[in-house]
Amino acid sequence: MSTDAISRTAHAPGSEAELAEIVAGHFTTGQSLRVAGGGTRVQTGHVAGELLTTRAVSGVVAYEPGEMTLIARTGTPLHEVEAMLASEGQALAFEPPDLRRVLGGDGTPTIGGMVAANASGPRRIMAGACRDHLLGVRFVDGQGRILKNGGRVMKNVTGLDLSKLLCGSFGTLGVLTEVAMKTLPQAQARATLAFPGVDEAAALRIFSSALATPFEISGAAFHDGIAWLRIEGLPPQLAYRQKRLQDLFSGREIEILDADATVRLWRDLRDVTHFAGTEAPLWRVLVKPSDAPAIAAALRGLGGQVSLDWGGGLIWYCGPGEAGAVRDIAPHAVLVRRGEVEGPVFPRQSAPVERLSEGLRRKFDPAGILNPGLMEG
Amino acid sequence: MSGIAMPQPDIRILERAPQIVASLQEALPLDTVIFDPEETRAYECDALTAYRCAPLAVVLPRSTEEVAAVMRVCADMGVPVVPRGAGTSLAGGALPTADCVVIGTARLRDVLEIDTDNRFIRVQTGVTNLSVSEMLEPHGFFYAPDPSSQLACTIAGNIAMNSGGAHCLKYGVTTNNLMGATVVLTTGEIVELGGPELGPSGLDLLGLLCGSEGQLGIVTEAVLRIVPRPEGARPVLIGFDGAEVAGECVARIIRSGVLPVAIEYMDEPCLRAVEDFAHAGYPDCAAVLIVEVEGSPDEIADQIARIRDIAAALDPVEFRESRNADDALAIWKGRKSAFGAMGRLGDYICLDGTVPVGQLPYTLRRIGELSKQHGLEVANVFHAGDGNMHPLILFNANEPGQLERAEAFGADILRLCVEVGGCLTGEHGVGVEKRDLMGAQYDAVDLAVQMEVKDVFDPAWLLNPAKVFPLEASAAHRLKVAE
Repeated sequence: MSTDAISRTAHAPGSEAELAEIVAGHFTTGQSLRVAGGGTRVQTGHVAGELLTTRAVSGVVAYEPGEMTLIARTGTPLHEVEAMLASEGQALAFEPPDLRRVLGGDGTPTIGGMVAANASGPRRIMAGACRDHLLGVRFVDGQGRILKNGGRVMKNVTGLDLSKLLCGSFGTLGVLTEVAMKTLPQAQARATLAFPGVDEAAALRIFSSALATPFEISGAAFHDGIAWLRIEGLPPQLAYRQKRLQDLFSGREIEILDADATVRLWRDLRDVTHFAGTEAPLWRVLVKPSDAPAIAAALRGLGGQVSLDWGGGLIWYCGPGEAGAVRDIAPHAVLVRRGEVEGPVFPRQSAPVERLSEGLRRKFDPAGILNPGLMEG
Repeated sequence: MSGIAMPQPDIRILERAPQIVASLQEALPLDTVIFDPEETRAYECDALTAYRCAPLAVVLPRSTEEVAAVMRVCADMGVPVVPRGAGTSLAGGALPTADCVVIGTARLRDVLEIDTDNRFIRVQTGVTNLSVSEMLEPHGFFYAPDPSSQLACTIAGNIAMNSGGAHCLKYGVTTNNLMGATVVLTTGEIVELGGPELGPSGLDLLGLLCGSEGQLGIVTEAVLRIVPRPEGARPVLIGFDGAEVAGECVARIIRSGVLPVAIEYMDEPCLRAVEDFAHAGYPDCAAVLIVEVEGSPDEIADQIARIRDIAAALDPVEFRESRNADDALAIWKGRKSAFGAMGRLGDYICLDGTVPVGQLPYTLRRIGELSKQHGLEVANVFHAGDGNMHPLILFNANEPGQLERAEAFGADILRLCVEVGGCLTGEHGVGVEKRDLMGAQYDAVDLAVQMEVKDVFDPAWLLNPAKVFPLEASAAHRLKVAE
């Protein structure tokens, strides 16, 4: 791992070729690089090296609504992509979060950063994660080699799936330069069932019952005593689904939120705005949903608050707990907002997984210059 | 035998065959190890039957620990390992070499856990694809990927090939439905990747493993995502007098916001064969689409009305709705019997390239031209919603030279798929069948980095070593080992 001091030097190449040249140069000198898109998803202040941002490798290469395919260079602002898709009634179904409210900073989220972070919002429980909608990538590895994997078609099993490996690798295996995404039709109607006055255990019972129905629940979240279920679909589908769910939970108090309120609520839940406006450490914990109430209670025991998303499979913990204490309760916890917490962002993996991960890093980044140490637990 | 070469078996391994078998017998219960040539012959090929070679031995372990024990013996003695599910690969993914040990999943048949609260099932990977959904039926759930071999194929093979099926337009393929795996590495170590949680907290090794064709490890147990069964499903049949207009209909349905679970396409040669064989009563026209939607009766009616409006604007030859389960079966009957019907016409090669949906009409026209050029008939039946084509090239295996001609025709079609922005294989895998075409899709450096990834998991290149990567390209990796 490189030990050079954090530098203010910033590289913002305008093309893949230029970017590859910069990385190749650093491979030769061994000078590390702090790789980022808009710099809005992971705090890399502790990572050594000169900043390399993809924000100038920008532009939509192709968008084919009838093929449900979008290809864009990685610096393309995410809001531009989303506006383009919306004009054709489509969207990125996994609903990528915008973490600027909780992390601060003035960067612009990019489509490359979204892929590098495998950023997935509430609809992940129904539609899958970012990685499930990624069709192909182009990237520059730690030697400056320009590589591609996957393609632009929905079904592709040709060779090893490096796209999945790059997705969620936070720039540690390569610098993404172009991504191909699957797009999907936007829901035409939406509503939310709100269940007030419940605790985590009751919320989980609601989630488990609802997610066992065929009504395609596209959001199941909990915060501050309220559980929410989002339903979507074609207009007649929505009415039907709402009715059936109201029947299923006839013993409970339910409030129905209309389309506008639904859009606002789930955008806030997606962006975790309920834990914005504070510097307190914020942790993201993936668990087996039925374990969520016990883990949430234990985390709350360290002080602070929790909320749930993904039907209980995702716990957000905002509080003063020390890293060791948090990871004793939730070994897979990822530190999203550091606050005063010391230590690594990502948790340690099992010994063989650590060894394989380290082996992959050495192949893709033999000089250890790409976000060195960022994903090591 | 024909065009696809396999490396010469390592004579030093063949000479030690008795010691290798003895070591396996020492490490495992006696009935686990098969080495009688009469019995190993049953494992000489998969569904790519033109290529055959009996292995040195076959082992059928009952547990992850037994698989690990086999791996340790093979690693110690430098013996290649070919993993095998049900042997239904159309790409030769389970084709043995004479110097290999086949590890079969036939006895890894236990269902370990059904958890509807957390929406997963945990199984040993030798269970068949269909049996997983059957076990889930009383719980109101199913397992979504449904390859057409689902009666026989195993979850192990599905994971190795990242299998798809007719319904993946809505539900995705294996990688989108695989949550966790217990993997035996070549060292004999047992690794857990993923689990009931919705994602890793480090690198996505599970995503890398899925579809790796037995190159990285052997999956002995899997955690699979399960989905609530829809209330109902109904197909419609739409006939068109041209391929282009049928392709246009597919694109318009997708753009409309209706997301069918399946859009299947059959062309005229296929329709003729199916009509002769199954008498499904399909219209006599250039192209037929079968579009299936799901939901409650009202939801289905609403979606079908939308599809009817879209189709009507394109002047179809016929728009046939199903009013009950019998109608639905009749509509699916021809599609489901398509491969059998084609089999009656003679031998065939089934291809698997994917193209961007917008390129379907052009690709179909070019395939027609190539058919004339090669002097062999071709029929098309495929998953149109995602552009995953299955051209069937008809030939006569008894006529010398015809298999080679069919393979050359197939290679031209696959290169065409890549040219128009698609790929060599959508769901069958590369295996040996498309191994030497990989250069059409990937540059040398793209292949090199994939082989470097294999080096990390399998430094001695013992797992399925002559598959996926062109032999010439992989030689340096494989031979480094033999020395």
